[in-house]
Amino acid sequence: MTLQELRTMREAGKKAMERRIVEGKTIEIVVGMGTCGIAAGAKETLDAFVDELTSKDVKNVVIKQTGCMGFCHSEPTVEVHMDGMPDIIYGNVDVETARQIVHSHILEKRLVDKHVFDRPAKDIVKEK
Amino acid sequence: MALNNYCLVCGGTGCESSKSDEIYKKLKEHAEKAGISKQVQIVKTGCFGFCEKGPIVKILPDESFYVEVKPSDAEQIVNEHLVKGRPVHSLLYKTSDQVAAKSEADIKFYQKQVRIVLRNCGIIDPENVQEYISRDGYAALEKVLFEMTPEQVIDELKKSGLRGRGGAGFPTWLKWSSTRKTPADQRYVICNADEGDPGAYMDRSTLEGDPHSVLEAMTIAGYAQGATKGFIYIRAEYPLAIHRLEVAMKQSREMGLLGKNILGSGFDFDVEIRLGAGAFVCGEETALMQSIEGKRGMPVPKPPFPSESGLWGKPTSINNVETYANVPVIILKGGDWFASIGTATSKGTKVFALTGAINNSGLVEVPMGTTLREIVYDIGGGIKGGRAFKAVQSGGPSGGVLSAEFLDTPIDYESLTKLGSMMGSGGLIVMSEDDCIVDVVRFYLEFSVEESCGKCAPCRIGGRKLLNLIEKVTKGNATLEDIDTMRQISFAMQRASLCMLGGTTPNPVLSTLKYFEKEYMAHIVDKKCPAGKCKDLVTYSIDQEKCIGCTVCARKCPQNCIAGERKLPHEIDQSRCIKCGACYEACKFGAVLVS
Ligand SMILES: Cc1cc2nc3c(=O)[nH]c(=O)nc-3n(C[C@H](O)[C@H](O)[C@H](O)COP(=O)(O)O)c2cc1C
Ligand code: SF4
Ligand code: SF4
Ligand code: SF4
Ligand code: FES
Repeated sequence: MTLQELRTMREAGKKAMERRIVEGKTIEIVVGMGTCGIAAGAKETLDAFVDELTSKDVKNVVIKQTGCMGFCHSEPTVEVHMDGMPDIIYGNVDVETARQIVHSHILEKRLVDKHVFDRPAKDIVKEK
Repeated sequence: MALNNYCLVCGGTGCESSKSDEIYKKLKEHAEKAGISKQVQIVKTGCFGFCEKGPIVKILPDESFYVEVKPSDAEQIVNEHLVKGRPVHSLLYKTSDQVAAKSEADIKFYQKQVRIVLRNCGIIDPENVQEYISRDGYAALEKVLFEMTPEQVIDELKKSGLRGRGGAGFPTWLKWSSTRKTPADQRYVICNADEGDPGAYMDRSTLEGDPHSVLEAMTIAGYAQGATKGFIYIRAEYPLAIHRLEVAMKQSREMGLLGKNILGSGFDFDVEIRLGAGAFVCGEETALMQSIEGKRGMPVPKPPFPSESGLWGKPTSINNVETYANVPVIILKGGDWFASIGTATSKGTKVFALTGAINNSGLVEVPMGTTLREIVYDIGGGIKGGRAFKAVQSGGPSGGVLSAEFLDTPIDYESLTKLGSMMGSGGLIVMSEDDCIVDVVRFYLEFSVEESCGKCAPCRIGGRKLLNLIEKVTKGNATLEDIDTMRQISFAMQRASLCMLGGTTPNPVLSTLKYFEKEYMAHIVDKKCPAGKCKDLVTYSIDQEKCIGCTVCARKCPQNCIAGERKLPHEIDQSRCIKCGACYEACKFGAVLVS
């Protein structure tokens, strides 16, 4: 193996490996994976998060699953916890919304207003 | 589709012996059945350290930490957790107040640990070099071969302050530098994986969990010292570690990370495994080299030191497994970084195998300077059964026993030596009020006498005499003069033994005479064993007031020497009692007395 091949192999595996390390990950995305969530497409949502975070090279996010969150009519639901932002629950998060959450909420610290489920306070969320 | 979950199954020796391999296979099977085998990666890793609670299965990124998992639990883990995302509550680790830990961060056992040596243990699949590489594996080798001169490598180690983890704490850079400076046509590097101390398994776990880290470090050592050949001396009783090493060596050779012209740098290096028969003395460096040369593993006098004339008379450096495992990290993160961890004289971390009367036994890695109290109470979770702490034994048969007054001593090489103990390779055995100090000393002396190679008289004869005297104490036949004799023999052995086996055999005796003199006196003067361990000094009797005549003890007694009518107080026939303690264990009413 040449030096270049070694480096390529290291880079190729690094991202996947980083997902195994939890230290230093401050942002948490929790996807509701109850029966209703899965039926509503929570699995695809979860995949979209993994995919988007990997392709944007965002490292400090940990994605977790949880059971039913009790908002069955708005599944898939997703909670996002991060410093400098209120804890938010998003409802009806399809693949497109998942990508939007990564862009706006996580990278730009802007809420994805249309999907905020548990509205924290009027002054944070702009009425549309 | 992208991977959603990782399922890490401990494949260390401890967990393998409680069927973790079957759990691993069952998990794969059920994942296949549930149709999620593409979304979950199930990995068999090295030891997580928390062997007490094994087998351990960890789910990422949720960080669910499942303990004492059985193969039959695999189905539930897959169908509930991996498919539906609902952690299996009953398998989660429960903290002292019975709350299920959400992640490793909630588990006290891990909170004070810092993992440098064990950085990959419990994270990567040790049989997959790609995973090691993805965790910055072989990046240090790359840096060394293409950006650093051998002198710079040695300088970096000097800056780091790394000292040998095999016991003596000799500065690693100095060893490498002397070997390098001795003119020669061939030099050798050796990895000492003999690990003979009773209760120790740090090196085994490191090799099982992360074999490439040691191979990478040995190659770096070869480059720094101008050696093209390395040997790993490992005891044959470590089959899993040997297997993982062999797999790792094969992968490295195939990838050109070992062998000729490594990574196209022009540097050649290869490693060979040599199996030891498991004699403790073969861990001593000169005996070990004799054994590699095919001779009987007996120590030879130093000087000459191995760095001048070692294997086959060539300059040789010999380092411990854990010492090596630190090297790649030091090269990558820098000597200054490493030196910022630890105490003034001892840098970095130390791995300990924590065993004995402790709630959380297991493998722990802590910064140098951590106190015994933190290890015993915070990480170890205190003494089993709420008993009182009595002592900690460190350094194995060459070490000493420390009493409660030293719980707040920051651990490093110097502090332990000053107290008459030793860092040793890292065994830490915790003792409670139920352990008898004299009996523990007898155990270690027996071990050292058994393992003495018999080459020199002070060790061969002195050790035997010491053991006889200690046995006299445990039988209640010793006199105060015997204590003086024990001291004299000890000093003679320390001075005149050929190797450190004989030189350190008296350490357990001397340190306990110093800190636990009272307990010796109880045996000698009062003819009593306060912990009730020395059989010849114990009598079992039945409290006639408390005994309700339930007959349980009589049925348990192997000698049939407890008599009594149902519902009437029982009695022991002392002439036939063999002091096995079965009656004491059996009585639910506290009626059996030990004195
Ligand atoms: C009786 C005896 C047994 C020893 N056993 C071991 C052992 O099992 N593993 C080990 O690394 N060092 C052992 N040593 C220490 C070695 O002689 C040597 O100092 C050590 O391997 C050097 O490596 P280090 O500088 O990295 O610690 C033993 C020493 C003695 C006297
Ligand atoms: S001190 Fe003991 S083990 Fe060492 S050479 Fe002498 S007899 Fe052998
Ligand atoms: S100590 Fe053992 S032998 Fe003695 S009385 Fe009890 S059970 Fe019987
Ligand atoms: S077990 Fe205890 S209470 Fe029962 S007969 Fe024996 S001593 Fe008495
Ligand atoms: S062997 Fe599994 S945790 Fe140590």
